[in-house]
Amino acid sequence: MDIGFTEEQELLRETARKFLDAECDSRFVRARMAEGAAVTDEFWQKLAVQGWLGIVYPEADGGSGLGLVDLVVLMEEMGRRVMPGPFLSTVLLGGAAIAEAGTSAQRREWLPRIAAGEKKAALAWTEPALRWDAAGIALPARETEAGFTLSGTKLFVGDAHLADVLVVAARTRDGSTMEDGVSLFLMPKDTAGLTITLLPTIDETRKLCEVRLDNVALPAVFLIGDKHAGWAPLSRVVARAAVALCAEMCGSAQQVLDMTVDYAKLRVAFGRPIGSYQGVKHQAADMLVAIENAKSLTYYAAWALDQGVDDGPLAVSMAKAAASDMARRVAGTGIQLHGGIGMTWEHDLQLYFKRAKASEVAFGDASWHRERIARLING
Amino acid sequence: MDFADSSEHAAFRAELRQWLETNLPEDIKVDDAADQRVASDRETLEKRVAWQKQMHAAGWVGISWPREYGGRGAEFMQQVIFDEEYFRARAPVLPTANALNLLGPTLIHWGSEEQKQRHLPRILSADELWCQGYSEPGAGGDLASLRTRAVDRGDHFVVNGQKVWTSGAHFADWCFLLVRTDPDAPKHHGISYLLVDMKTPGVTVRPLVLLNGHRHFNEVFFEDVAVPKQNLVGPLNQGWKVAITTLMFERSGAGGRDHAAQIARLAELARQFPNRQEPAWNDSHIRQQLAQLAIDVKALQVTRLRGLTRRLRGEPPGPEGSILKLFGSELALRIADFSSTLLGPYATVDAPTEAVPDAARWHNRVLGARQYTIAGGTSEIQRNIIGERVLGLPKG
Repeated sequence: MDIGFTEEQELLRETARKFLDAECDSRFVRARMAEGAAVTDEFWQKLAVQGWLGIVYPEADGGSGLGLVDLVVLMEEMGRRVMPGPFLSTVLLGGAAIAEAGTSAQRREWLPRIAAGEKKAALAWTEPALRWDAAGIALPARETEAGFTLSGTKLFVGDAHLADVLVVAARTRDGSTMEDGVSLFLMPKDTAGLTITLLPTIDETRKLCEVRLDNVALPAVFLIGDKHAGWAPLSRVVARAAVALCAEMCGSAQQVLDMTVDYAKLRVAFGRPIGSYQGVKHQAADMLVAIENAKSLTYYAAWALDQGVDDGPLAVSMAKAAASDMARRVAGTGIQLHGGIGMTWEHDLQLYFKRAKASEVAFGDASWHRERIARLING
Repeated sequence: MDFADSSEHAAFRAELRQWLETNLPEDIKVDDAADQRVASDRETLEKRVAWQKQMHAAGWVGISWPREYGGRGAEFMQQVIFDEEYFRARAPVLPTANALNLLGPTLIHWGSEEQKQRHLPRILSADELWCQGYSEPGAGGDLASLRTRAVDRGDHFVVNGQKVWTSGAHFADWCFLLVRTDPDAPKHHGISYLLVDMKTPGVTVRPLVLLNGHRHFNEVFFEDVAVPKQNLVGPLNQGWKVAITTLMFERSGAGGRDHAAQIARLAELARQFPNRQEPAWNDSHIRQQLAQLAIDVKALQVTRLRGLTRRLRGEPPGPEGSILKLFGSELALRIADFSSTLLGPYATVDAPTEAVPDAARWHNRVLGARQYTIAGGTSEIQRNIIGERVLGLPKG
């Protein structure tokens, strides 16, 4: 037993922190918020040079072959800086789906180019009915002589407007279970019938889109993996991305706590620093407890998925439920303890609060995961 | 990052688990070891003493003590595995657990050769039982304010004062006692650490019955109690420093280790128990609360393992350590509260009932769990410690 990070992982953390301190300060983040892309080509290329864009892909596919525990370290640091742009959607969702389910030809075509920063991907799986399980995939893909025809709407798709290729989850048949009949498709951005609309959402550092498919015809070679059997790889991708997001939430929350503690030491009210009052001090202590527990569950989930142990799905839901509640509470308490200044556009807390809110409800909120936990522990 | 046992540790775990399965008598098993750490009566105590002797004969008592003092010199991780397996087997807290965990390591570090020879073997064999004389009516969380006075009379001290919340003092043969030996020094610098024979004239033990009716704690009064000088542990007036080691042990171990078993039982009850005609499990409010408790039990477990890892690596204690007491004790309280949400009036019955055979267990938890957020430093004190020592916020 050793529940800590290795020297290599600590080195990765240090490198990431230095890089992001230099390249991703709040002025940079705010400038990206105001733009549709939320990323610059220059910044994206720097991420490629760091090796981050292929970090979890196999070396044979142009990646570094690192595990989820390694990724957790990186995500915590990205969270500290509210790193803007499509890292999650390109690397951990769209690209990861190709890595998980794609044929060797599909992987060879896309993954080295994603890792090199030349191409971006996105994963279109959630729909207006918004379920996070297999039953949420209702958009039909009708089989035709030439391939498939897809029609319907995918909603809350991260960074679809930047993607060179979408991975679309659709229903190819109503199987005996909801899991049976989900298939994954590659959909290049210029495909006829594909319309992408940027949504004005709370976290402008990480954009969400509506994706409309109007009789989109795809050749059969654009099917990823086995027909009808897409849910298993998709759920693995989503589980890993959810854990990565938990780590990012922990990093962001840690930064909020650090900012709040610094402020509570300096800000004087009634002749004393506000941090000396128990009303403030005890809330700061509770923030720490929540963050540490969310980190614990996130690390366990990352290890459990890397090792493939039996309780992996349970561990993921525990981590996400804890991180979702933690992120909301910590970001909210951070604003409360800052007082009025915390409510201003000028103060950086807004960046963290908005990211926390967006992340809280992504991949299922705490209630959804608690319900899943109840099902899993019920055997 | 590795949550799995090494092969050596797995073998140790398997050996211990097998030994406990073979040897632990059914009639001394307990559901909630921390609640029942002091025996309810002398008969139970005697069974537990016999159990400790059996364990001692097999070499399972005080395993982390050095070999020269009767232990196994077990490494820290083995002690952790021992604790996990011991409570998993539903074994009762050993009668000399406080001395094994607190006094023993203190004597090994600070005690005279004579003190070690006299006391350590009897702690292991449970031939003599101990109580911890720290808290006073005016010194709980702020322990260093203690006022029980010991005056130097040449070859002995004369002790006057009162201790409170003294677990198991009614069974104890000895007390490890903190006293004030220099009232003029700053409060941390005038304290000494004494070993007091409970049969000494002038020692009076009075029961302090808890709200669940359990006699667990006592008040102990000292009236002109003569304590020989050779019973001073460590240097005069440095008792705070001597005691600090043991306090750190108490804080790191507090909070109970039996949460997972409680959650499993409550989940089972939720599936069986008819709450408004249907199994309680069908109520999403019940499922949500159970799931949250399961999450928190897992979080506590992993946070504890992270703290252990730091210790194993020889790193300074991180924030993990200081949050265990706070979160663990509040979790114990929430589990107790949930049991009454789930079971309704059944959780208020102190006897087996047809629908809930273990109703008394939950009745007792509802009342008994209140102590965990108070004993060993209240939650309010813990939040101050976290705020000041971990986060560096200014003192009030």
